[in-house]
Amino acid sequence: MRKLWLTLILTLGSLAMAQSGKLEIFSWWAGDEGPALQALIDLYKKRYPNVEVINATVTGGAGVNAKAVLKTRMLGGDPPDSFQVHAGQELIGTWVVADRMEDLTALFNREGWMTKFPKGLIDLISYKGKIYSVPVNIHRSNVMWYVPARLREWGVQPPKTWAEFLTTCQTLKNKGLAAPLALGENWTQQHLWESVALGVLGAADYANLWTGKLRFTDPKAVAVWNTFGRVLDCANRDAAGLSWQQAVDRVLEGQAAFNIMGDWAAGYMTTTKGLKPGEGFGWAPAPSTAGVFMMLSDSFGLPKGVKNRANAINWLRLVGSKEGQDTFNPLKGSIAARTDSDPSKYNTYLQSAMRDWKSNRIVGSLVHGAVAPESFMSQFATVMEIYLSSRNAQAAANAAQAIANQVRLGQ
Amino acid sequence: MRWLRNKDSLYGFLVILPSLVLLAVFVYGFIFQTFYISLTDWGKDPAQALSANPQIRFIGFENYRELFTGFIDSRFRQDLFNSFFFTLFFVLGCLGVGLGLAILLDQGPKGEGFFRTIFLFPMSLSFIVTGTIWRWMLQPQGGVNQLPTLVGLPKGEFAWLTSRQQIWQVSWNDVPFITALLVGLVLVLITLSAFRRGEQRRGYIALGSATLLLLWAFTLGRSLQPLPYEELHGFNLALIGIILAAVWQMSGYTMALYLAGLRGIPEELREAARVDGASEWQLYWRVILPQLAPITLSAMMILGHISLKIFDLVFAMAGADNAPTDVPALLMYLTTFRANQIAKGAAIAMILLLLVAAVIVPYLYRQLKSEVRR
Repeated sequence: MRKLWLTLILTLGSLAMAQSGKLEIFSWWAGDEGPALQALIDLYKKRYPNVEVINATVTGGAGVNAKAVLKTRMLGGDPPDSFQVHAGQELIGTWVVADRMEDLTALFNREGWMTKFPKGLIDLISYKGKIYSVPVNIHRSNVMWYVPARLREWGVQPPKTWAEFLTTCQTLKNKGLAAPLALGENWTQQHLWESVALGVLGAADYANLWTGKLRFTDPKAVAVWNTFGRVLDCANRDAAGLSWQQAVDRVLEGQAAFNIMGDWAAGYMTTTKGLKPGEGFGWAPAPSTAGVFMMLSDSFGLPKGVKNRANAINWLRLVGSKEGQDTFNPLKGSIAARTDSDPSKYNTYLQSAMRDWKSNRIVGSLVHGAVAPESFMSQFATVMEIYLSSRNAQAAANAAQAIANQVRLGQ
Repeated sequence: MRWLRNKDSLYGFLVILPSLVLLAVFVYGFIFQTFYISLTDWGKDPAQALSANPQIRFIGFENYRELFTGFIDSRFRQDLFNSFFFTLFFVLGCLGVGLGLAILLDQGPKGEGFFRTIFLFPMSLSFIVTGTIWRWMLQPQGGVNQLPTLVGLPKGEFAWLTSRQQIWQVSWNDVPFITALLVGLVLVLITLSAFRRGEQRRGYIALGSATLLLLWAFTLGRSLQPLPYEELHGFNLALIGIILAAVWQMSGYTMALYLAGLRGIPEELREAARVDGASEWQLYWRVILPQLAPITLSAMMILGHISLKIFDLVFAMAGADNAPTDVPALLMYLTTFRANQIAKGAAIAMILLLLVAAVIVPYLYRQLKSEVRR
């Protein structure tokens, strides 16, 4: 009898435990992106009212500061219950290979997510056939922005290929526009590079770069730098001092005609600048990349040895659910990673991105952590530096290959 | 163990014991640990970089070899140049401006206390605060570049922190030769001053070292090629903005030092010089400045080690990614925490420690020696 009571109490106790306690979410979503995360947390609290959610954010764009804090916490044996990370190699190359993350393949199967997420995405977030994170949103990297009215005024069309782009650039320069392409600080230059690389190489060879099948020193890859150099000649000289928003402003103010930026720029122009998608600003895939969707994605994973594992798994289930993604993304200005989300909740730009997401070929972004590990990506800045100071395509290609060898890219 | 019998010594020892232990562990222990890590391959294998129990192999001085002669570490070598030029102009600027202000204040103008506070005030601010303000002022489109328009001139075009111009370029392959040449010249100067003061032994030692070093420079040093190709480094003009901000912030400090020194010079000396017919210029140049030499030395040491370690000011002004203004301390942070190359980051840390030690240790040695003499 006593034994039965004891069992009962223990069972009840553990049930209660599963529903209460704490959950610590680690991310770099503060400021503009804060409300989207808060909406997701509110939804979690509605489902699990007894769980105290600790929202641990470390500010700094693209997680520059958050990642360093996360590393100290993980090394110190104090992992957060779930943390934000760019889906793909940024997670795999840093944390999965170090055996710090739990395999989530079973969760994907149980929730039926294998058919809800596109296969190209599942491939990018898998390592040796296992999945380690739940993607919550999708941004597109290869988008070119412009103001339709101004292009009409100048009498040019949005260029479809890089060759066309260079001709258009010359036309605009002849009309007195000093810098037809608006460019910002360091990382936005790398951002431009990946669109040029995708356009020059094509989707297959671009993907081969990151698996090691195409070497950076291959003449095809060296050609990327040559085109990149000519594209840079169309850009403003004070680029390094501008934030990406200021670069977008140049296009809106008519000091430049085009800007290549991820589609968070659409969020900036609609929300902050109050422009209407399609009228106040227009967009096209970056030249030569039509039909390819270069994606980046924020995702959440489950570190090994967390304190509130059950709560963290509930969080991941919410993050991957249709309701969770459709709550988060319209506020964040991104589209859902799932292909079954509800288009009516999204604005015109995002609806067009959703159509492309379902039909286009998917490749991953370099700068935003999808295709290369952090160790490669952060040293790619050095490669860019070598190119910018010497304008020597071969030297840059050699340096890129040396770093790829050093960090064992694609192995 | 006789000293233990003396109660005072025992108590004294017990009192300083905790701080000795703390220093041993948290300063020297960690220095040693960093040194050991810099000799390993921690971070070379991504699977081991951040694992719970990383397997680390000892690889000797490989990380240092890569930093100085490796193909992809050219950024580190440029950072050394940046650090050198920054230190040079920062120290010279602070000494010059500080001395100038101190001499002006020493004339006893009206409201001297007020100006003293004003000049000293920037030092009390954090580098992050001043860095942020200077960042705004040095934007290519605004701030300082707009100043000429106030008097009707065209606005400035210099891009300040993001400028990519580089002057005084030197090939990395010539650096061993140039370094040996400079150190040799310094030794020759030491020799001359030693003989002039009649310190024969010191003079001969310095002369011997100088001859050896210069011989090496002109024979083997010329043929030593760290890199198989030319790699040019020089003074990045983007650093001018950083130097400006740093000098603005720290020159008040040198002013305070110099002012204290000036006030310490007895009025009789000046009177005597004036009676002997010295002009005001001669008075400063021949009488007062020589007496300020020890202060200049102290200020140089203190400013020198600040400038070698500078991190927060550059981080706030130009960000960590702006390569033209990069310094070794920033690169150490990026290498360790972004690229996960922990061992290489440790190697950069050790090189920084050596550089700072090269500035500080002779100074401490000199201080200790002069105290013993007293």
